[in-house]
Amino acid sequence: MALELDSITVRYGQTAAVSDVSLTVADGEVVALLGPSGCGKSTLLRTIAGLEKPSAGSVCWDSADLAGVPVHKREFGLVFQDGQLFPHRSVAGNVAFGLRMHRVDRFERDKRVLSLLELVGLEGYADRRVTQLSGGEQQRVALARALAPSPRLLLLDEPLSALDRALREQLAVDLARLLREAATTALVVTHDHDEAFTLADRVAIMSRGRIVQVGPPAEVWSSPVDVETAKFLGCNKFVPGSFVGLSVERVGLRATALRVADSGALEGTVLERVHRRDHVRLLVEIDGEEYEAVGPMTEVGDRVRLEIDLDGVARVG
Amino acid sequence: MARAGLISARSGWSAAALLPLAFLSLFFAWPVLAIVSLGLREGGVVSALFSGETWELVGFTLGQAAASTLVAVLAGLPVAFVLARCRIRGLGLVRAAVMVPFVLPTVVVGLAFRTFWPDGGVLPIILANAFFNVAVVARTVGGLWAHTDRRAEDAARALGASRPRAFLSVVLPALAPAIGSAAAVVFLFCATSFGVVLVLGGSRYRTLETEIYLRTVELFDLSGAAALSLLQFAAVLAVLVLGALARRRRETALSLRGREELARRPSGGEWYVVAAAGLVVVALLTPVIGLVARSLSTRDGWSFAGYAALATRGDRGTLAVTGLDAAFNSVRTAFDATTVALVVGVFSAVVLVGLRRSGGRIAEVLDTALMLPLGVSAVTVGFGYLVTMDALPGDFRTSPLLVPLAQALVVTPLIVRMVLPVLRAVDERLRQAAATLGASPVRVWREVDLPLVGRSLVAAAGFGYVVALGEFGATSFLARPDAPTLPVVIARLMSRPGELNSQMAYAACALLMVVTVGCVLLIERLRVPSSGEF
Repeated sequence: MALELDSITVRYGQTAAVSDVSLTVADGEVVALLGPSGCGKSTLLRTIAGLEKPSAGSVCWDSADLAGVPVHKREFGLVFQDGQLFPHRSVAGNVAFGLRMHRVDRFERDKRVLSLLELVGLEGYADRRVTQLSGGEQQRVALARALAPSPRLLLLDEPLSALDRALREQLAVDLARLLREAATTALVVTHDHDEAFTLADRVAIMSRGRIVQVGPPAEVWSSPVDVETAKFLGCNKFVPGSFVGLSVERVGLRATALRVADSGALEGTVLERVHRRDHVRLLVEIDGEEYEAVGPMTEVGDRVRLEIDLDGVARVG
Repeated sequence: MARAGLISARSGWSAAALLPLAFLSLFFAWPVLAIVSLGLREGGVVSALFSGETWELVGFTLGQAAASTLVAVLAGLPVAFVLARCRIRGLGLVRAAVMVPFVLPTVVVGLAFRTFWPDGGVLPIILANAFFNVAVVARTVGGLWAHTDRRAEDAARALGASRPRAFLSVVLPALAPAIGSAAAVVFLFCATSFGVVLVLGGSRYRTLETEIYLRTVELFDLSGAAALSLLQFAAVLAVLVLGALARRRRETALSLRGREELARRPSGGEWYVVAAAGLVVVALLTPVIGLVARSLSTRDGWSFAGYAALATRGDRGTLAVTGLDAAFNSVRTAFDATTVALVVGVFSAVVLVGLRRSGGRIAEVLDTALMLPLGVSAVTVGFGYLVTMDALPGDFRTSPLLVPLAQALVVTPLIVRMVLPVLRAVDERLRQAAATLGASPVRVWREVDLPLVGRSLVAAAGFGYVVALGEFGATSFLARPDAPTLPVVIARLMSRPGELNSQMAYAACALLMVVTVGCVLLIERLRVPSSGEF
């Protein structure tokens, strides 16, 4: 086991931002801490980095307690949401910073900077000023800077949240590839489940300072541990399993669980219609209850038939 | 444990805060207290406190300071608007023109106004004090104005407010903390201004500051001087506390934005404000130009006689050294003073930021203590040095460091005020990023904080240098006759008869001014991003 968190609690005065959290990250594994804003995930990340001190519990690396090890000796890389590049240094100067701190000689340093810039797709940017870069480019530089000294663990705090959507999705795929290629051990904090599921081998769901569920993305996605987690993961309607023909007590439905199709077994009336990027989202009334559904073009007031798509159904509890 | 960590960091910073406090105690509090207690021992303080003459002095001091502050604020606001909001040609010139008076030696300004009002009087005193301080208002208010979101004003306009209405109900309240803090500082400077009042008021119009000087130096009335010092100190403390309160309010959330997106070409009625600012600039330049003209003109027409005389000791040996020697001595002394002030000031600023971050209460104490020397009569400090410094090893009274130390006391608060906001603006996460990359705390400071405040450090140094160069109050008291500075020489030349002497004085003034302007232009070139609080 590489990183091991044991019953960590972080208090600010009376309020506990993180309560009794235990988590492990294995060598070469990418784990995502997923949760709504204010759930304590960033505080936990900062505690691991050594920027906050836990009120109780311990942060261990390879079984060695890190309590007495200050930030700059932990060899953990940290990427902030908004880059936090050094404005007085060029792109290369930023990437080389950690190498200089670790007394890597100039020749090695230049070589490593060039290879990292290539890795993040910024060849030829070495001498640019960081203030001239776009948001996506800044975030790539921040990543290269954090990776340069080959940290034992990479901590990413909402690394893509400050970017616009198209760029975010592209960069999430790039980042996932990059973390795999570099065989990096990483912990990613995010509130965006797409981002978490794209990047991570395992996902830990946080809520109000506690970790409520840990597991592979597919498992967490299809079997959220409780209603709150299911809601956070996009379920908006909770019904008995029999509704979708499953022998479980309760399931959560995402919008994609109900699809307009002539062969469908259910029948309802369209109440509202919203165009999304790649589908049409409908609000449908079935037997006096309102459900979300997706479908081809229909008009408000139409009677439609609906079929169930089990990919949009999550078993809850 | 989190608490414990915070507390240990805080006690570390608190311990560091003791160093500047020790410096202040030794070179400021001790001499001042010594002189005050000397006065107290002689008795008569109470009678001095209750004499009608004292309260007349207090009344005149506060009255002229209030009037000067009002003039400075009224003249400074249009300039602040132009600096903050307008994109027009010649902004650099405006900025430099406003800055120059602030750092001109007080004696020089006094003389400059004497070229227009040869007999002095109340009006020139008020105008001269305001003349100095337009820069404080323009820069402090302009600094905030430049970063205040224009959209609040736009929203008010969209909701139906007229331009003046929007200004009064939205812009002015947003600027109020800066105006208040600038006014407090200006009031302080005006209430304790020495050189200007001495040159323009003579013995007819006296403030507490000049009266302390006269009583100490000419009447040897120490108890009277002590009583006046106490009064002045109380007033200064009150103003400082008010200023600190204003600053605290200013640090609350304002939506700040970069200047670039806010500056526009002025339009419509705004041109009237620009014109008003132009008038202010002309008014600021007039005494400066008058001074240069005066240094070149004699009864027999234009001449460089005054400048040539700088190589001599003046008419019939008025001075113990030549003007050039004094100039070199000035340059050297100001350099030493700036060095001391930089070390103390930057260290204090770093400690203050550290204390604020770890939430120590002592930050307020240190902050206020650092400002105190601005408000205490330089004469008191100077005389205090004479009665205390012989207790230090190696009779400090004859040490060549005495004058630089006294000047450093005046310069340090200015340096703190210039460096502090920039240091405070360094994003904590930037420092954390450096730490996670392996930089130790000292290394973080060297690699992140220092480069980011570097330019404002250079600017603060240049700024401190010209202020030290022009320092008159304490220097006039402490400088030995065989090693005077240029301002001291100017004052001496003016007090002696002989056309050559006054010619030489004006030439020396012009020389001092050229050096000062050069420094200011250099600072402006650096284009320090911070507004500076003074």
